[in-house]
Amino acid sequence: MKYNELMIRYGELSTKGKNRGQFIEHLRRDVKTKLANFQVKVVTTRDHLHVILNDEDPEPIIKVLQTIFGIQNICEVVRVELSVDEIKAAALFIVNNTGQNALTFKVRTKRSNRDFLHGTFEMNNLIGDLILEKHPGLTVDVHDPDLELTIEIRSDAAYLYSKVIPGAHGMPAGTAGLVQVMLSGGIDSPVAAYLALKRGMRVEMIHFYSPPYTSPQALAKSKELTKKLIPFTGSRSVQFIAVPFAKIQENIKQKVPEGYLMTIQRRMMLRIADRIRELRHGLAIVTGESVGQVASQTLESMMAINDVTNTPVIRPLVSFDKNEIIKIAKDIDTFELSIMPFEDCCTIFAPPQPKTKPRLVQAQEYEKLIEVDELINDALEHLEITNIESDHNYLNGEEEQILNLL
Amino acid sequence: MIYFDNSATTPIAPGVLDTYLKVAQNFPGNPSSLHQLGRKAAEVLELSRKQLKDLLKLTTKEILFTSGGSEGDNDVIKGVALARKISGRHLIVSAVEHDAVLQSAHQLEKLGFEVTYLAPNHDGIIEPSVLKEAIRPDTILVSIMAVNNEIGVIEPLNELAQVMKEHPQIVFHVDAVQAVGKNLEELYLNPRIDFATFSAHKFHGPRGVGFIIYNPHRHLMPIISGGGQEKNLRSGTENVAAIAAMVKAFRLEVADAKVTQTKYHEMKKRLLSFLNQNTGFYVVSKDSPIYTPSIISFAVKGVKGETIVHYLESQDIYLSTTSACSSQNHRPSHVLKSMNLPEEVMTGALRVSLGSQNTIDEMNIFINNLNKMKDDIKVIN
Repeated sequence: MKYNELMIRYGELSTKGKNRGQFIEHLRRDVKTKLANFQVKVVTTRDHLHVILNDEDPEPIIKVLQTIFGIQNICEVVRVELSVDEIKAAALFIVNNTGQNALTFKVRTKRSNRDFLHGTFEMNNLIGDLILEKHPGLTVDVHDPDLELTIEIRSDAAYLYSKVIPGAHGMPAGTAGLVQVMLSGGIDSPVAAYLALKRGMRVEMIHFYSPPYTSPQALAKSKELTKKLIPFTGSRSVQFIAVPFAKIQENIKQKVPEGYLMTIQRRMMLRIADRIRELRHGLAIVTGESVGQVASQTLESMMAINDVTNTPVIRPLVSFDKNEIIKIAKDIDTFELSIMPFEDCCTIFAPPQPKTKPRLVQAQEYEKLIEVDELINDALEHLEITNIESDHNYLNGEEEQILNLL
Repeated sequence: MIYFDNSATTPIAPGVLDTYLKVAQNFPGNPSSLHQLGRKAAEVLELSRKQLKDLLKLTTKEILFTSGGSEGDNDVIKGVALARKISGRHLIVSAVEHDAVLQSAHQLEKLGFEVTYLAPNHDGIIEPSVLKEAIRPDTILVSIMAVNNEIGVIEPLNELAQVMKEHPQIVFHVDAVQAVGKNLEELYLNPRIDFATFSAHKFHGPRGVGFIIYNPHRHLMPIISGGGQEKNLRSGTENVAAIAAMVKAFRLEVADAKVTQTKYHEMKKRLLSFLNQNTGFYVVSKDSPIYTPSIISFAVKGVKGETIVHYLESQDIYLSTTSACSSQNHRPSHVLKSMNLPEEVMTGALRVSLGSQNTIDEMNIFINNLNKMKDDIKVIN
């Protein structure tokens, strides 16, 4: 006997009413794409998604499933026919496999099939007695057992499991429409992108770069960060839009008083991001801002910067502290890349003492000193749009050449 | 030319030299630099480290690049002693260690540490029972080599590690400089060993580069401090070209180990057969699995080793008296001394050390020359 299925519970979909079918279909497609390399079958029902294992090793499959949003949890299941003997054998198999360190257990039967021979309590007793007989070291604890064996008796079969593995939660990839993420290359913005993906948003990255003030590595690093997010997107690639920003920064630096350099730069960035969103039919802009973290992220600054658009600006990290952000960055494996020491366009022209409480009226006044529309149009004409793919090496392009030497 | 002095140093392999040149030319940056050249050099460095870890199948241990065996031994012996002096001030090293270990221990004695020097048995082996007896509650480090550079004896590291298992608080270091390419990985990769030191020029890599396998859970005070390279354990700009070349040399040496071992066995068999059939020779490295076949130590009774080295040199054959590093001291070898060998063996001892490029034909020529020497040396004497 072996585990022959993975049973997946949907996340928040149960609240989705008439749209439920669409969400389930999105999730099914996502699971099927991600498991394309395994010889498994994916079946959806109203309440669950089943991955029929066909003798595949469940471990690597579970790892993949844990990256898919819209999954609440994953159970390794033994599916047997509706026969008491089969259920007994499966129950013992599971206890033998997972009960090594357990001292206490509990059997929990869920019976949606009202025609089944035995009732819920009868089943609990029947299987409980069997486990006690075969495993004299175990005792029953119905409140806080080390091992909880669940038996679901449905119309088609019985499903037994003890392990419930947490999923990634959130909404299935791509169910919430397209957004543009302002990705800097630091720690925060990839985490913001990840959280946007978790709510089912489709993402495109907008990255501002300032050659020759910033290095090609800084650009490559942001592409590499984007690559790290592909596993959570439900697709095989992500659009990456690089915006040349040096000319705008030079103009601002020449004409705007130092205290307002940062505010005006951000206003220009947000304007450009919004124009790109419009061109690409996005529905919102996502940023990695967190209130109070740096000068540009005080509420006064946000107010002065946000003034240039009516588009929703989504800030998933708004109330996170730095340690919480770092924890997620480490979990999704972007942290090490983010801390690589390449200057980005935000740090290169950062004034020594930016205004933490800029005034909107003043920002608008100073902005009149630069050719806003002309500069923005010029930047938009020179966008560099690339398709970031998971098998491409953006930062370590010479790996093969080096490996040939070793 | 016949070169039988591979324990002293090995000639760099052609493919290895090629890697050195290409990396030096194409990746000239300092791996700590921010710019693209620096990043590329850092990539070579890290891919080299990864390759070495993969070759060694390291999962819980790390690689630290050094300038070679002497530095590696100094880094570990002194670094561990200084990092752990609060826990104890007693060290144990074998009496047959390389001078890099012994001199480090002597220096530490001057700083107030106590050192026990383990005497080997008559074969040069450190018996596990001897180690067991020497361990004290204040012992912080044990250092025993894998393969002796003078006589080729293979120390019973697995058995010694068994003893060390009962003392998990003590750091266990192995000087594995002579062990590469000898199918001895299971020895220096024993999980109980915390540190093992290596040197590239002993396995056809470049000189001035080496590495340490280390257990990241053991504290090590850096002996070379500065820019914080190598996770702050060994500062100094990494010699990227030499490191890449070393990794290639290591790969080639390990890949060929099985074939070369068979060849060494055959060569040793021929030499021992000649030495045993003729009078006037004393064989130190016997025909036994406790000796690696690639290092054969023997003496010509009544003739100084030095005389023979120079005689063979005139025939374009190169070997050493004992350890090349100490052969100019004109002092009897501390290894042979600790084995209690007769005086005339100690002064007449020679070391044939084989490398992968040596051939059986060369051994035949060498034997013929030894045979001829017997008559010539008589004339000289």
